Amino acid sequence: MTGWRILAAALVAIAILGPSAARAGKAHIAVAANFTEPAKEIGAAFKAATGHEAVLSFGSSGQFYTQIRQEAPFEAFLSADDERPKKLVEEGLAIAGSRFTYALGKLVLWSRDPGLVKGEETLRAARFDKLSICNPVAAPYGAAAVETMKSLSLYDALKPKFVEGANISQAFQFVATGNAEIGFVALSQVANDAKGSRWVVPQELYSPILQDATLLRKGADNPAAIAFLAFLRGPQARAIIIRYGYDLREKE
Amino acid sequence: MDWLSSEIWIAIRLTFTLAFVTTVLLLVVGTPLAWKLARSRGRWTDIATAVVAMPLVLPPTVLGFYLLLALGPGGPGGWIAGLWGARTLAFTFEGLVIGSVVYSLPFVVQPIRNAFEAMGERPMEVAATLRASPTRAFWTVALPLARPGFLTGAVLGFAHTVGEFGIVLMLGGNIPGTTRTLSVAIYDYVETSQWREANILAGGMAAFAFLVILATMAIDKRFRRSAP
Repeated sequence: MTGWRILAAALVAIAILGPSAARAGKAHIAVAANFTEPAKEIGAAFKAATGHEAVLSFGSSGQFYTQIRQEAPFEAFLSADDERPKKLVEEGLAIAGSRFTYALGKLVLWSRDPGLVKGEETLRAARFDKLSICNPVAAPYGAAAVETMKSLSLYDALKPKFVEGANISQAFQFVATGNAEIGFVALSQVANDAKGSRWVVPQELYSPILQDATLLRKGADNPAAIAFLAFLRGPQARAIIIRYGYDLREKE
Repeated sequence: MDWLSSEIWIAIRLTFTLAFVTTVLLLVVGTPLAWKLARSRGRWTDIATAVVAMPLVLPPTVLGFYLLLALGPGGPGGWIAGLWGARTLAFTFEGLVIGSVVYSLPFVVQPIRNAFEAMGERPMEVAATLRASPTRAFWTVALPLARPGFLTGAVLGFAHTVGEFGIVLMLGGNIPGTTRTLSVAIYDYVETSQWREANILAGGMAAFAFLVILATMAIDKRFRRSAP
């Protein structure tokens, strides 16, 4: 009997709370791991400005791409590249015309050791055991790291030292815990932390990391999801994005 | 078998080597532990039992996180690695073995302990009246009697290590031939949309798990029938 009573009470609660919660607006957003910190800030600012709530999930772009193709309930996707949003549009899973570049990613070589990273010569000298990168197939920052080392003709020499995180957060965590002395991470992850040593990799060594956002089919009719993407293009969000070390596209 | 790339073969070999080494170590470490737990009573035994069983309920992320710190330069693992000039045990085969031993411990200790307990006090007492020393009685009486427990423990420990994922993902760094085990390879293939490879491996793992369960059932049945 009590079981039924609790169930009835729960149903009543849902009936009362449900509609008001729906009015407040909620959008489920898949966010590439490198954008974790700025996305949290933007989400908070978004809530303050619009009352809508952005529910953020973080992971590698490859993982989200796979999940979205399997009908994951995401309504917008902030990728770390432009390829996957483009493909989702082609596959009819994202809304054509909603895609735009919200940030240009910057790659950085980073170490907790204040004296280790001096620049390109640090990679040439290779006085470290483990170099942390993220999966170059699943994560664009991993691909950029590989491209950088290939541009410097150091890829084959450094390859035996690679340890690979499933996404950029894990690549960062390997260095942050000291298990790898050095690693290629996103500038946004260390932009507001003066500790350690770093080398912001010059853009000519890797193709620009165009980070595209797109509205997904599941969010096509959700005002909160549409509002979030609009907010992401606005001045408040752009200020946050720049503060984390990203570049922005000139126009917009 | 060229439909299976060499990359997959490397992962298969690594996974089974890891499971084999882990199982052997667990039998060595787990047997005295199981014996002690089966023979003593009291609060400390309960506490030790609980500690041994903890990996059953702990999320692998908890173990993975603690191990990442413990094996790293700031922990005891870093000190051990320093003996041969390395900085950390993370990202190494040895590190995975340590993680797997912790993770699969209850799967080996529990069946062995049960077997020792099922045996009762009687056989050891009889051996003592026949003037066998406790050590000798352990080797010649207790161990043979507990054989089904050892078999079940070995099979389960092996299989559980083959299926280990969270800890390997957090500690491994996905290095082919060293830490890229089957379960991590599957995760990788799914993440990068290589579904053919993911399908082959996932199907293989499902078949393997089925066979393992069948094997433990067969062990159980056979020994139950032959029991006096």
